[in-house]
Amino acid sequence: MSGTLLQIAAVFTVLSFLAFGGGAAVLPDMQHQAVDVHHWVTPREFLDMFALSRTVPPGSLIVVLVGQKAAGVAGGLAAFLAMFGPSSVLAFAVAKVWHRAGRAVWREVVEQALAPVSVGLTIASGIALARSTEHDWIAYAVTAGTTVLLTFTRLHPLAVMGAGAVLVTLAGG
Amino acid sequence: MTNRSPASLGALFLSFLIIGCTSIGGGLTAWIRRELVERRRWIDDQQFLANYGLSQIVPGATNVNLAVLIGAQLRGGIGACVAFTGLMLVPLSILLLLGGFYFAAHSVPGTNWINTALAGAGAAAIGFNVATGIRLGRTNVRRTGPILIAAAIIIGIGVLRIPLLEVLLVILPTSLGLTLFERSR
Repeated sequence: MSGTLLQIAAVFTVLSFLAFGGGAAVLPDMQHQAVDVHHWVTPREFLDMFALSRTVPPGSLIVVLVGQKAAGVAGGLAAFLAMFGPSSVLAFAVAKVWHRAGRAVWREVVEQALAPVSVGLTIASGIALARSTEHDWIAYAVTAGTTVLLTFTRLHPLAVMGAGAVLVTLAGG
Repeated sequence: MTNRSPASLGALFLSFLIIGCTSIGGGLTAWIRRELVERRRWIDDQQFLANYGLSQIVPGATNVNLAVLIGAQLRGGIGACVAFTGLMLVPLSILLLLGGFYFAAHSVPGTNWINTALAGAGAAAIGFNVATGIRLGRTNVRRTGPILIAAAIIIGIGVLRIPLLEVLLVILPTSLGLTLFERSR
């Protein structure tokens, strides 16, 4: 049990430092670790957990469910602290340097250089997730439709997720 | 920086607790701004945006970083901890409960529809991620170089499934170099 907790802490601490552009960036690696390496969850469960975690702010608490499946509530809390603790401490430390830098040139350079990285990671995570779960044509259609709807309209994400759930259930999964 | 009314730790905790509850329908960033800038007036819009920009640059969930940064600006290290705890307390509890229900439903016959519905919601949630990336890209990534950087990441991770760390080790220096090169011209 405590062995599993240590593994959870180790996996998510590493991911915490790699989550450039938000929690979505590390989803493909997290899935690899949780499914293929440690066998905590199945690919299907991972997608279920992703959907559940998206309904609760800040939308990136999937780590809690993965940890909870692996080692109960203690596992969920360990995953939570390992994922959000290190990045929060880093943010706190960077803020001190950052605010001191004012409008220094290197600050602008870093901001500009990181923008396409964040964008690329966010989109890549969606594609990697779709490819690694049993996505049939209905699921691909829902993913594509949602992408278009949420890119070009102001529809509420939760409403669109609900519609996706209803559509796939009616289609018989 | 002088703030119009100093934030007590209790009030800071309460504010982020409220934000954690109200944002359950989504729009966390908007709720943070509304509570701290408009209602409490602890920070102004400029300070909010400065913290928001920084929260996107460091690794980790943007909204969580934002709470930590604002908490730190108002009350230092303790403020950061208080903001973080207040923000996450309710969502974390709800998710642990949801997880409990989900794992329990797994072993109950006749609950297949839950898995089917979740698969649908999951497919839509994936689209939500892709759309978020596209929206961010439309405003922030407009020139050829940065577009190629984003495209390389999408192909490397999304299609070729190269591990994130390896991609970052190549892409981060490349993007920094490209930015410096473009600025020098």
